[in-house]
Amino acid sequence: MAEIDLSRPILDRNEELAAGNRALFAEAGVFVLDLMASPGAGKTSTILATIAALRDRYRIAVIEGDIASRVDAEKISAHGIPAVQINTGGACHLESDMIRRAVDALPLDELDLVIIENVGNLVCPTEFDLGEHAKVMILSVPEGHDKPYKYPGIFQIAEAVVLNKVDTMPVFDFDEAEFRTVVGKLNARAPIFPISATKGDGVDAWAEWLAGRVDAVKRA
Amino acid sequence: MHEMGITQGILAASVDAVKGEGGTRINEIRISVGEMTEVVEDALQFAFEALRAEPDYAMAAGAVLLVTHVPASSACPTCDGEVFEHGRFDGQCPKCGNPFVEPRSGHELRIDSIDFD
Ligand SMILES: [Zn+2]
Repeated sequence: MAEIDLSRPILDRNEELAAGNRALFAEAGVFVLDLMASPGAGKTSTILATIAALRDRYRIAVIEGDIASRVDAEKISAHGIPAVQINTGGACHLESDMIRRAVDALPLDELDLVIIENVGNLVCPTEFDLGEHAKVMILSVPEGHDKPYKYPGIFQIAEAVVLNKVDTMPVFDFDEAEFRTVVGKLNARAPIFPISATKGDGVDAWAEWLAGRVDAVKRA
Repeated sequence: MHEMGITQGILAASVDAVKGEGGTRINEIRISVGEMTEVVEDALQFAFEALRAEPDYAMAAGAVLLVTHVPASSACPTCDGEVFEHGRFDGQCPKCGNPFVEPRSGHELRIDSIDFD
């Protein structure tokens, strides 16, 4: 019997590939956003609202992660924005090699901002570095203000939280003060942006935050 | 179930490492999992039992997975970097209440060592 001391990160293969992606993004001067949310939180409508707010300032493309289907990529393409679909074929999150293949299909040098729509899931995407600049999560009001108690990891890793569907607040008895308190305890750095992606409320403040991050990468 | 993907990572890396040492049979794989990760040990053990039977990992067919849970800790910059342990929901410095602390442990997902023949 023998023993090896390995002390090796389990996900180091993914992390190596993420570092490769990061270098690629830096070289092209493009900011990459990883958007995570539950199914139905409004990822695609938030992306469309974000595109509407920023498309005159930046050249934008979208990478759509989905277990199976092209529906979301088609919705984005219909607005004249390049969109690449990744079907994970059952996997519950995106990994760096999938992002690399999608990026190879995009004219990276001609872009300022790439938005990745991760697979709808509040657990698995948190563990995987894709080489992105920021992970942002979307929570929608109907999901309830107690979500951070059930899925603390994603709130801890997110650089910003978009609270979507705020127009439904009166219907769903969402306690925004309690939500802000819990998120503040989990992650004091993350700003919270209440928006209604379909009605347009609050989208400007969120888009300005994102624009600040995109500009910082362009200046670098 | 991202525990499946993580378990594949554990088995593939372990088989590689043991082959590299000229081993033929893995007896025990010891890993560390931080308190702040989203990994559930039951799911990990379930995935491990299912996957170790696959032909690629034949040398681990009888292996045991031993999980060490690492508590979360952070350092407070306003208290001279003093490190304190905390749970998932009380990451503020217990001395000064500062929520802007630097994580030190709790995010581990690491293969520590492997016992093999
Ligand atoms: Zn302190």
